[in-house]
Amino acid sequence: MTVLMKMLGFSVLLILAFAGVTYVLPQMEGAAPEEIEVDVGALTMETFVAMGERLYQGQGTCALCHNELGRAPDLLAFNVTSASLERLADPRYRGDASDVEAYLRESMLNPSQFVVAGFGTKGSNDTESPMPAIDKPPAQLSELEIDAIIAYLQDKDGNPVTVALPVEADDTQVDVEPAMPVAAQSPEAALAKYGCAACHSILDSVTTLGPNLNDIADRQEPHQIRNSIVNPGAVVDEDYFVVMPEFANMTIGELEMIVEFLAMQTGEQS
Amino acid sequence: MKLDWRYWSQRSCRYLPLVLTMAIIGLCNTGLLSTAHAQAPEADQLGSLVEAGEVGDESAASLLPAPSPQRSDYPTIGVSSRGIVWVVAQMHLFFGALVLAVPIFVLVIELIGFKTGDDRYDDMAHEFMKVSLTAYAITALFGGTLALSLFLLYPDLMTYLMRAFGSQVLVYAGLFFLESMLLYIYYYGWNALRYGNRKWIHLTLGLLLNVVGSTLLFVANSWTTFMMAPSGVDPATGAIIGNIWEVMKGPLWNPLNLHRFIANVAFGGAVVGAYAAFKFLSAKNLEEKAHYDWMGYSSNFISILAFLPLPFAGYWLMAEIYAYSQQMGILAMGGILAWLFVVQAVLICTILLAGNFYLWTGMARSEGSERYRWAIKYIATVLILGFLVWVTPHNVIYTASEMIRLGGGNHPVLGPLGIMPAKNIAVFLMLLCTFLSFQLYRRADKVITVSWQDWGNALMACIYIVAIANIIFAGIYYGYFTNTVYKVGSSVIQVMSTVVVIVSGVVIDTLMFKGAKNLHVSWGKVSDRSQYALFALPITFTWLMALMGYVRSSVRTHWHVYTVMQDNSPDNFIPTLQTVGNMVTLVTLLFLAFLLFIFWIANLSGTRQLPPLAAARSPAMAGSGT
Repeated sequence: MTVLMKMLGFSVLLILAFAGVTYVLPQMEGAAPEEIEVDVGALTMETFVAMGERLYQGQGTCALCHNELGRAPDLLAFNVTSASLERLADPRYRGDASDVEAYLRESMLNPSQFVVAGFGTKGSNDTESPMPAIDKPPAQLSELEIDAIIAYLQDKDGNPVTVALPVEADDTQVDVEPAMPVAAQSPEAALAKYGCAACHSILDSVTTLGPNLNDIADRQEPHQIRNSIVNPGAVVDEDYFVVMPEFANMTIGELEMIVEFLAMQTGEQS
Repeated sequence: MKLDWRYWSQRSCRYLPLVLTMAIIGLCNTGLLSTAHAQAPEADQLGSLVEAGEVGDESAASLLPAPSPQRSDYPTIGVSSRGIVWVVAQMHLFFGALVLAVPIFVLVIELIGFKTGDDRYDDMAHEFMKVSLTAYAITALFGGTLALSLFLLYPDLMTYLMRAFGSQVLVYAGLFFLESMLLYIYYYGWNALRYGNRKWIHLTLGLLLNVVGSTLLFVANSWTTFMMAPSGVDPATGAIIGNIWEVMKGPLWNPLNLHRFIANVAFGGAVVGAYAAFKFLSAKNLEEKAHYDWMGYSSNFISILAFLPLPFAGYWLMAEIYAYSQQMGILAMGGILAWLFVVQAVLICTILLAGNFYLWTGMARSEGSERYRWAIKYIATVLILGFLVWVTPHNVIYTASEMIRLGGGNHPVLGPLGIMPAKNIAVFLMLLCTFLSFQLYRRADKVITVSWQDWGNALMACIYIVAIANIIFAGIYYGYFTNTVYKVGSSVIQVMSTVVVIVSGVVIDTLMFKGAKNLHVSWGKVSDRSQYALFALPITFTWLMALMGYVRSSVRTHWHVYTVMQDNSPDNFIPTLQTVGNMVTLVTLLFLAFLLFIFWIANLSGTRQLPPLAAARSPAMAGSGT
């Protein structure tokens, strides 16, 4: 029995030690895309581009390969519009597009029409792309979603967006990562919606990546808080980088809710 | 001419295994093919054939698209459905791996015992089977529970899978019956078929048992790989358009077959090694200790030998996953699941350290080991350095002030150690070190007498040096100084270098050991600590299997069957690492509890209560084992 207990104790300790390793690693959850109805009529070009960016990073899984690791051209590292024009003029181009917008759409629907040198499927001599058609599973993007990504790719380098805003009267179902423009109903929900707690200590979050917001009212007036959200680069604490994004699709109501909530966060209170 | 029937019966017995194996493979194939759907027409012809009425109702049914259940279509029982299936499936896989693996090396041990005439091998093989036999019933119970859970909690998925695999599942059930019969005859017939021609019959039964067992494994694997990379289906609708063979032979089937086959042997060896360690520590006399020490050594030998080629099989599987879907591959290795590979590094390093530690302490059994003890500290240093490199993450979440001090997002010195080329160098050097420990262990109790021993040793040393240089050069040059595309190619050089060392090491040693003088080995004279190292192996293997099984399954993300049947259940998200750690810990603890139960049961079967009269005369002996 002693041997049994010793073996058991040793094994349990070892098992718990392995479990402990998973506790010290970053904790992330990969949510499945949710179908959210987008009111097409209410879309502005700004929100359409923002939607394209979210699709690029999320449901479209573009950023999985198009990044600095070199598996596919890093689309964020160069001017996509200029590069598209060069590729349209390339003798290896086999597609039917005649402008940038059509080229970008074609490269998502039929990626093998032009394969950037060095990025083709192994053994295909850069005639076949390993990229799956974006309108097929697993990404399965709709026409509207593809347009949104094109708008984002054009807009990110300051080029004019040629994609027309969708004009269908009916609401359209769009698969996006949870976070589409559905206004938050409480300051807590708004903070969660915009991921503030990922970098700032606020509510239950404890992190040193961004300034602590639990005592923000001791340091800033409401108008300064509002200014920091609307224009994160305006005033930056010397201990921090400007990594905070601009929240283009934040509603005025949400902004005011957050400002009002943060304006009450004093060190005494926490 | 008078026939010598004894001669002919002896000859026939020797060919019996081959003939029966061929027969059963033939039967299995016939079974599978006969259950196949009628040869399906090309996908693009199907629609028109149905419209024209040329495809009957039965064939038309097979054209049904994959179900697309909504969240409300999933039954709820108040507990996470995924959680239930996760635990039950994992337990079934653990025990399934054990009961399929043990007969593989038991057969080899039995054959060695038969050829050498050493009864110790035969007894050990029989005892291994005792552990496997107890686990068999538990495997079946978990298998049945898993099937019921799946049908209850995921009815639409199971409807679709049943449509895809059809009556193949009945072939599986038939094979299971056959496996059960062969297993019981093999175990209980052991002593009745122990010598002479009867032994050949017994060996044949063992071979058949393994053929059926492996077929069961491969059939079950086809269900798993179909869910990851479906074949024989219409990609647009998920309708089943191929015959059963086309559905089974997806791009990941063979890589998974090989990977699981090898991993099962390593896992099975580790589990019976733990049994031997348990018995060693419980042994009351030196004779018992000697027996279980030898048994533990043999188990560790099997486990580590099977473990060494496992990374290569894993490499093939991962390469095929990348080839099938780059997104799937990147998600596993570079996406949200990538952090789990840090945990994998900790686990594999634990296995290597425990395996090496056991070999080093075990060398003390022979006085000849003094010749090689000096090498241990160098091997240990490489192993620990390799471990540190392997667990160095690529990106760490820094605070802003830390980033300012570092001058960027990556540490200037440790940053380069976080990427795959550095880890590949570490992994392959650790594998080489483990093989070196293994070689030294085998040489410790021998004095080589062949005339060319100096040349042999020099050749072996040269092979090691060239392989190490290759591994380091390929890792650094292709990993840091060329395009990303070549990084993957560099692994091939590293894999080949490691394989060459292992294969040539085995060949050279085998030739050099011819006529070698064997030194005395004191079995049983080994430290208790070494037995804990032996016990650490199955625990770590179990954790590792559960973790990597989760990664393999999770790369499907929110798809039941990747790209053709979406998972809309409440559990269709990838959980946090903590949750994964908790679940893996839970299944490992459960497996441990069942394992100790099996060891206890196996021990109990050898216990005989004394008659009341004898017990009264000798109270101290009452209830003791025989």
